[in-house]
Amino acid sequence: MVNSVNVEGLTVVRGRTEVLHDLTFSLQPSRITGLLGPSGCGKTTLMRALVGVQSGITGTVTVLGQAAGTRELRSRVGYVTQAPAVYTDLSVGENLRYFASVLGATGVEQVLGQVGLADRSDQLVGTLSGGQRARVSLASALLGSPELLVLDEPTVGLDPVLRRDLWALFRSLADDGTTILVSSHVMDEAGRCDRLLLMREGRLVADDSPSGLLMATGATDVEGAFLSLALAS
Amino acid sequence: MRTVATARRVLSQLRRDRRTMALLLVVPLVLLTLLRYVYDDQPRVFDRVGGPLLALFPFITMFLVTSVAMLRERTTGTLERLLTTPMAKGDLLVGYALAFGLVAVVQTSLASALALGPLGLDLTAGPVLVVLLAVLDALLGMALGLFLSAFARSEFQAVQFLPAVVLPQLLLCGLFAPRATMAAPLRWLSDVLPLTYAVDGMQELARTSSVSGRLARDLGVVAGASVLALALGAATLQRRSA
Repeated sequence: MVNSVNVEGLTVVRGRTEVLHDLTFSLQPSRITGLLGPSGCGKTTLMRALVGVQSGITGTVTVLGQAAGTRELRSRVGYVTQAPAVYTDLSVGENLRYFASVLGATGVEQVLGQVGLADRSDQLVGTLSGGQRARVSLASALLGSPELLVLDEPTVGLDPVLRRDLWALFRSLADDGTTILVSSHVMDEAGRCDRLLLMREGRLVADDSPSGLLMATGATDVEGAFLSLALAS
Repeated sequence: MRTVATARRVLSQLRRDRRTMALLLVVPLVLLTLLRYVYDDQPRVFDRVGGPLLALFPFITMFLVTSVAMLRERTTGTLERLLTTPMAKGDLLVGYALAFGLVAVVQTSLASALALGPLGLDLTAGPVLVVLLAVLDALLGMALGLFLSAFARSEFQAVQFLPAVVLPQLLLCGLFAPRATMAAPLRWLSDVLPLTYAVDGMQELARTSSVSGRLARDLGVVAGASVLALALGAATLQRRSA
């Protein structure tokens, strides 16, 4: 399988502190890769490096065959930031129509349907709940059917039914060939991923399938696997 | 395309914020009326100060609105989000300029109509040149606000840039004391501050109806300073940040 993302020796320095240390991994199309680790371990920094907005980078980050952040990549990569990046003083529809024209994409109705907000198009984003805002932000990243989706904690604070629906959406996008990287600090979402990257203090401590990880550590769940890896290092 | 979409988006945001919109359009009218009656028995003074004020309102209001609007884009993450899309920095800046330029046209047309009509402000030049200069002043305020928003971490700080950046220019622009009477160092400082030329342009419009060499210079300096501030603003929109 051809990798859609190749990261080799990625080190990120912020100020005088090295926050990511020599990371090497790859992502594949049609796969959901979970990026798991406690908050502050560098998940967001790693994601920002993939979409090309992180400075202080050494090493190589190749996305869809090109250096990360290249102009041509910007319409092929969707990025959902941890805090919803939407205009609270515009309606849901206005937000999406704006991002659609920025991306040169169509299909506002479709992405609204995908995140379950089809009936909210005229509502002001500022009057939505946090979870709904997060879904508006997600919908804007789905515009133009990007080949790589980088999702920073997209399911935080959502009710379990919605969470299940969104994971079903991620699965169907992956089945269509999309490469998906999802971060979470909640280890119980690990089972829904095809592959897991476990991070701690700026290092990758595991890169394996969920079952492989459990086998290698002898743990019964991902939380336990993380603990035994953290104690071993 | 992206430019027009951005301008439309900024205008939609403003339209939703009716109170800001009302303040932008009505406050200049109230202040001009106040000024007119403060100098009720000195119409000459109203003629001298009224013109420059028509230049100052759009400059100050656009400076404030833009610095806060751009700061919000930076702090809420929408700017970073936009920078991960094919949007060029120029698209964003020109989009803002279009939107606020249009607001400035409306604001200045209303203020000029009131000042030149019912309030009896006596300027030699016609309303077209007055509105043109005022719109350039608005764009200058917008460009400076955009640039300075990069140095503010919060809306509190952004608002404080008004007294820090605008008031010194106001004191030195020749409105309070004629520039010729200032001590040389102050005059030199006044020479390099863009607001000086905005106010000088309005004073020139009070004197002459044709586009004099001096007016052309004033228009040129205000436009040039706006472009420079926009370029500096573009330089602060870094795609990659720590």
